[in-house]
Amino acid sequence: MRDAVAGFVHDGDTIVIEGFTHLICFAAGHEIIRQGRRDLVLCRLTPDLIYDQMIGAGCARKLVFSWAGNPGAGSLHAFRRAVEGPAGTAARRLELEEYSHFGMVARLSAGAAGLPFWPMRDYAGTDLPVANPRIAAVTCPYTGETLATVPALNPDVTIIHAQRADAQGNTQIWGLLGVQKEAAFASRHVIVVAEELVDERVIRADPNRTLVPGFIVDAVVHEPWGAHPSYAQGYYDRDNAFYVTWETISRDPAKLAAYLDTFVMGVPDRSAYLAAMPDLPQRLRVNDRTCAGVNYGY
Amino acid sequence: MATDTGPGTRTAGASEPPPRYSPNEMMAVVAARELHDGEIVFVGIGLPNLACNLARATHAPDLVLIYESGAVGAVPERLPVSIGDPSLVTGSLMVCGMADVFQYLLQNGRIEVGFLGAAQVDRWGNINTTVVGEYDHPVVRLPGSGGAAEIATHARRTIVVAKLSQRAFPASVDFITSPGHRYHGKARSAPALPGAGPVKVITDRGVLEPDTTGELVLTAIYPGVTPASIAHDVGWPLQFREPLDTLDPPTDAELALLRDRLDPDKLFLKG
Repeated sequence: MRDAVAGFVHDGDTIVIEGFTHLICFAAGHEIIRQGRRDLVLCRLTPDLIYDQMIGAGCARKLVFSWAGNPGAGSLHAFRRAVEGPAGTAARRLELEEYSHFGMVARLSAGAAGLPFWPMRDYAGTDLPVANPRIAAVTCPYTGETLATVPALNPDVTIIHAQRADAQGNTQIWGLLGVQKEAAFASRHVIVVAEELVDERVIRADPNRTLVPGFIVDAVVHEPWGAHPSYAQGYYDRDNAFYVTWETISRDPAKLAAYLDTFVMGVPDRSAYLAAMPDLPQRLRVNDRTCAGVNYGY
Repeated sequence: MATDTGPGTRTAGASEPPPRYSPNEMMAVVAARELHDGEIVFVGIGLPNLACNLARATHAPDLVLIYESGAVGAVPERLPVSIGDPSLVTGSLMVCGMADVFQYLLQNGRIEVGFLGAAQVDRWGNINTTVVGEYDHPVVRLPGSGGAAEIATHARRTIVVAKLSQRAFPASVDFITSPGHRYHGKARSAPALPGAGPVKVITDRGVLEPDTTGELVLTAIYPGVTPASIAHDVGWPLQFREPLDTLDPPTDAELALLRDRLDPDKLFLKG
């Protein structure tokens, strides 16, 4: 992880750590904080706790997003502190570029498809285009209808977490798929972080489950539990208790700083982070719900 | 019309036993009853999530729950804390990427009901989940749209749940995140806005619906609530549709489901 972040994440970069509630690579976010990256443009549909931590740690210059809450549990207070306040007093420290979820999905779809923008039927009767002038419109050449448009998003680097990948970066995930495929294909560089490193034969035995092929991947990191406190379907459950606790931690800058000191800056790597929470494997253990295989023969 | 006993108060006297249900429980039950069995519902975060799962556990076992996270036909065996909970995947009909959810399901008109929570709802059913105050210098920064803007645009009908207060029901919202029935004086119309928009706003004391002009009017109240107390917490001269319905309280079965099975930790029912 250290080498992957050092090699592909630079100050000022536009980065995406995707995963919708599922498979959010906290391990990579923590390593970026440890390496002291600055002025990052952080893009994610749901900034979630990981970007709240990175904002709190001073890594971010700008946030590109569509829903900035603590899912099911409250607010992201480091984010809120960076944007709230009366005019003329607290200058906004964090620049925002805001869309809806569909807008973010469409931006990454355009980026992945090599197009400059994506058309969509959205934003009529809303103030989002007022807040964000990058939401524009185009007249359909076939129907004459006015359609909203959003610009392509092509990140410098996208980091995705997966249940399994091989050494070449052929990557398989199951459960919620989010927007990781679009983000990876839109990105100049891709880092894959996997719960399990498997032989290429495992991938080839079940090719329909492959999200991205290895040839678009720049680095593969084997990092079990790298998505905690989010979850990996079939590996470990979401740590809802931590998401609820985050409300208390992030509300208080001193507690947030203490958290980062202890669990991010105070540990050299992910295995040390996990060693500090020995109850996790038991507390977040999942039940077995395996599916039958299919016949790929011809 | 019932006698006004003051803003936010119930007609029950102080000496009577505490009510057998909370305003949040009544709101969840009323919301659940709005869903018909077999409908295809796009489920928003928070109380809508609880209401949809209550409906599925009671009168609508064949409700098709679709979450923006990509779970289609979800049958969660525990209350999903977030709309991306792993229990939405296990046993579902389909799991797809979010590009498919928003384009093939929502934008293409496949969703019958959209179900949203709201921080603020105004006279025209416009929803704000973005900021209180000015966008560039907000007093309170709220999470933003998520999928709400496109749900309120495309779902054939949208149901909104929000607790009544003067702050939550202003004459006009500080920021229109999700479209209602009128945008700066202009009426909602297709093709830009294909769905019917918010057809019911379910609160903790009564239900509002748009009249023919798109203005929200009071159409139903809950037992023990006076229309005047609701009007007091709404930032425009609230019209009533006569005769006002008084909705049935939660049944014992509904309360047992909510308290014992669906939300035992009161994640959504607190307050």
